Amino acid sequence: MKILVPVKRVVDYNVKIRVKQDGSGVELANVKMSMNPFDEIAVEEAIRLKEKGVATEIVVVSIGPQQASETIRTALAMGADRGVLVKTDVNVEPLGVAKLLKKVIETENPGLVILGKQAIDDDSNQTGQMLAALLGWAQGTFASKVEVSGETLAVTREIDGGLQTIELKLPAIVTTDLRLNEPRYASLPNIMKAKKKPLDETSPETLGVDVAPRLKVLSTVEPPKRSAGVKVASVEELVSKLKNEAGVL
Amino acid sequence: MSLIVDRRDLDFVLFEMLDAGRLAERPQFAQYDRAAMDQILDTAQALAEEVFLPIAAEVDANEPRFVNGQVEQPAATGAALRAWADAGFFGLAFDEAVGGLQAPWTLYTAATGMAVAANTPVTNYAFLTVAAANLLNAFGSETLKRLYLPAMIEGRWFGTMCLSEPQAGSSLGDIRTMATPRGDGTYAVRGNKMWISGGEQAITDNIVHMVLAKLPDAPPGSRGISLFLVPKMRVDDDGNITGPNNIALAGLNHKLGQRATTNCLLNFGEAGETIGWMIGEPNRGLEQMFHMMNEARIGVGHAATMAGLAGYLHSADYARTRLQGRPADSRNPASPQVPIIRHADVRRMLLSQKAAVEGAQALCLFCSKLVDDAATTTDAATRERAGRLLGLLTPVVKSWPSEHCLEANKWAIQILGGYGYTRDYPLERLYRDNRLNHIHEGTFAIQGMDLLGRKIGADGGETLREMIGVIRQTLDGARAFAQLGPDCARMDSALAALESATRALLACQDPERRTANATIFLDAFGHVTLGWIWLWQASLAEARLADPALSEADRLFYFGKRQACRYFSLHELPHAVARFALCESLESPALDCAPEIFGE
Repeated sequence: MKILVPVKRVVDYNVKIRVKQDGSGVELANVKMSMNPFDEIAVEEAIRLKEKGVATEIVVVSIGPQQASETIRTALAMGADRGVLVKTDVNVEPLGVAKLLKKVIETENPGLVILGKQAIDDDSNQTGQMLAALLGWAQGTFASKVEVSGETLAVTREIDGGLQTIELKLPAIVTTDLRLNEPRYASLPNIMKAKKKPLDETSPETLGVDVAPRLKVLSTVEPPKRSAGVKVASVEELVSKLKNEAGVL
Repeated sequence: MSLIVDRRDLDFVLFEMLDAGRLAERPQFAQYDRAAMDQILDTAQALAEEVFLPIAAEVDANEPRFVNGQVEQPAATGAALRAWADAGFFGLAFDEAVGGLQAPWTLYTAATGMAVAANTPVTNYAFLTVAAANLLNAFGSETLKRLYLPAMIEGRWFGTMCLSEPQAGSSLGDIRTMATPRGDGTYAVRGNKMWISGGEQAITDNIVHMVLAKLPDAPPGSRGISLFLVPKMRVDDDGNITGPNNIALAGLNHKLGQRATTNCLLNFGEAGETIGWMIGEPNRGLEQMFHMMNEARIGVGHAATMAGLAGYLHSADYARTRLQGRPADSRNPASPQVPIIRHADVRRMLLSQKAAVEGAQALCLFCSKLVDDAATTTDAATRERAGRLLGLLTPVVKSWPSEHCLEANKWAIQILGGYGYTRDYPLERLYRDNRLNHIHEGTFAIQGMDLLGRKIGADGGETLREMIGVIRQTLDGARAFAQLGPDCARMDSALAALESATRALLACQDPERRTANATIFLDAFGHVTLGWIWLWQASLAEARLADPALSEADRLFYFGKRQACRYFSLHELPHAVARFALCESLESPALDCAPEIFGE
C-alpha cells in the first residue's frame, strides 16, 4: 500500500513570532522555518507502517514556495521514499490545499493519507476534513493510534470525553494528534542519502486548481499583553468578581 | 528560545561572516549545500535539547564510581552517546572512503557544539574517540585500521588519548611507560597513565587507547617517544573480542566538574602482559600525536565557548522574567517591581557575556574554516596561508575562551544571585565544567609559550605581521561606517601596542625574561583578535542596518552586534593596551624574586 503524507513548511515552534509593523502578517524574513510538528508525526507514522510491512512506499507532498522542498527533504531524510512539490508563492488556504491534494491523490492512488491535524502557523484544522469530503473517503481525525488490518483501519481518536475507536474502510484519511508517536531524528547518513531521492515538481496551474485566496486578512495584531492580577481577600469576593466583573459565572 | 544555541547568531557567523555555503563548491564538500547543513544542525539541536540537556544535572550529580576495579556510571550517559552514534555524529567529518560523511570541519564544530553546550562531559567520550580514530586513520597500518576504525567511526568502541603520567603532564618528554618488542612486531606495554578521560567506562565493549611510550633504546626526551594502539580487549583477525589485555583501572579522579567523564589512572601490563601495536614510525609518537592538535585545541576553546553560551542564554532568560527592584528613577515602593533586565548593570553583565561568547564562537568557527581551507582549497598558496594563520591562532582560540568565557559564566551566576550559586540552576555546573578548559590540552602557560616561542619567535614575527595585515583590512573596511569610528580608533591603539610589544620581546635576548610574561602577551593578543572579530561582525551589521526594509527582528539582531562591539572596544580593548605596555617593559616581579619568598 502506498501512503501519502502532506507536509507544511511553517515558522519553527521555537521562534518568537513577531507581527510585521504594517500589520499585514507575521515576520518571516530570516526566521527559522521547519516542518509543522503534527506533520512530523504523520511522516513518522507512515514510516512505522512501512517498517511493519503494511506500507510499501511513502510519498511526501508539500505545497509552497521553492524552500518547501527543504521540508520535503527532511521527510525524505526521516525515511519517506519520494517527494512532490506543488510550487506556489500564493498563501494557499485549506480548501485550496485540499483541492490540490485531491489532484495529486488522483495521480498517485495512495491507500492511505496521513496529515497533521493542523498547522501551527494558522491552526486551521480543516485540510484533512475537507480532503475527505472532496474525495468521499472515510476520515479518522485526531488519531492517537492507527492499526491497519487488511482493508480496514482502526483509528483511536482523542475526543473531549476521552478516546474513541472507529473502524474505517480504506482508502482513508487520517489526521494526527500529538500522542500518536514521537517522531525520529533524521540521522546524518539519511540526510545525505535523501539528497538522492526523487523530488518532482508541479504547480497549481498544471494541476488545474485555482488557489486564489477566498479570505481577506484585515489586520494582524499581537495578542494583548497579560495585565497584572489582583489579590482577593475572600472566596466571597472572588465569586463576586467572577460573577459581576468577569461575567463568567 | 533555546537555552543552548542561538541559531540566528550561528547562521550569521556561518553564512554571513564565513560564507560557509560556498564550501559546497569544493569537490570534497559538494553534498554540503545550505539545506544539508541546516538539516544537520537541526538534528544536532534536537539531540542536544532532547537527549543531552535533560540528563546533564543527573550525570553531574551521580559521579562515576570505582567498584571492584570497574566503573559504575549512570545508564543515561551511555544512552545519550548511543543516540549520538546512531545519528551518525561520530563519522560526520571522516572521509567517505573510511565510512564517514566527509563534512567540513566548520559544520562539524557548529553542529557538535550544541551537544557540548547542553552537556560537555558526556560529549567528551565522542570527541576523544574521534581524535583517536583520526590518529589511527592518519598513521595506522591497514590491518589496524580494518580491525578498529569502523567500530570507532560508528561509535561502537570508544577511544582515548594516553599521554600524561603521574610524574609527567605538561613535560611529556619525561614519561616512563615502556614498550618492549615481543619479537612478532607487537610490543609489551608497561607503565602508568594518569588523567585518562574515558580510560575506563561502562558503555562500550572495547576501548581503543592511543598510548605514548618509549622503546628500550629510545633517545631521551620528547624525540624518544613512540605511539601505540593498545586495546582494552584483544581482538582476533575478524575483529571479534577474544579477552582482556591486562589494563587495570587503578583509580578514578574526583573532579570539580565534567564529572560524567570518567578520569582514570590506568596501569598497563602489571597484572599480566599488555600488548600494543605501534602506530607510525618509532620515536615519532609525539609529532604524530599532535597531527590533529589544531582541531583538538579548537575543540577545547569551543567547549569553553559553549559553556559560556549556555550560561549567557540561561541568565538572559532569567533576567527577562525575574522581577526585582524598581527603575533607578522610580523609587516608589508601591510601584510594581520590574524584570531585572531593566537594570543597566544587569544588561552590562549580559553584554559582557554576549561580547565574550558570540565573539569566541565566531573565532572558533573562523579557525575551523581555516582547518577546511588548509585541507581543501585548490590553490597551494591559499592552503599554506590558512595553515600559517591557523597555527598562529590556535593558542588563542584554545586559551582566550577558557579565560573569558569562564568569566562569562561568573556573570551568568551573578545575574541569578544566590540562585545561581545553587544546584537548582545549571549555572554553577557550567562554571565548574568550564574551569577545566583552562588546564587540559595544553595549559594556559603552555599556550603562551607556544604563541610567543613557536608561532611568533620562530619566524621572526612574519606570520604575526600577516595576521595584522588581515586585521587592518577589516579595520579599513570598518572605517566606512561612522558608527564604528570610536571602535576603530581603539583598535588602532591596540594594534600599535601589539606591534611595539612584539618588537621589544623579539629583541630581548634573555629567554627567561622574554617569556616571563608570555601568558599576559597571549591574553592581550587574544583581545586584539576578538576586537578584530567584533569589528568584522559590526561592519556586516552596519551594512545591514542601512537597509530601511530590515525586519524588526533583524534590526534588533544587528543592533545587538553594534552594541556588543562597542562594549568590547570600550571595556576590553584598553586592557590589551595596558598588558602590551607591561610586556614591552620586560618587567616581571616574578622573575626578579626568589622562590623562597613564598616560604621555605
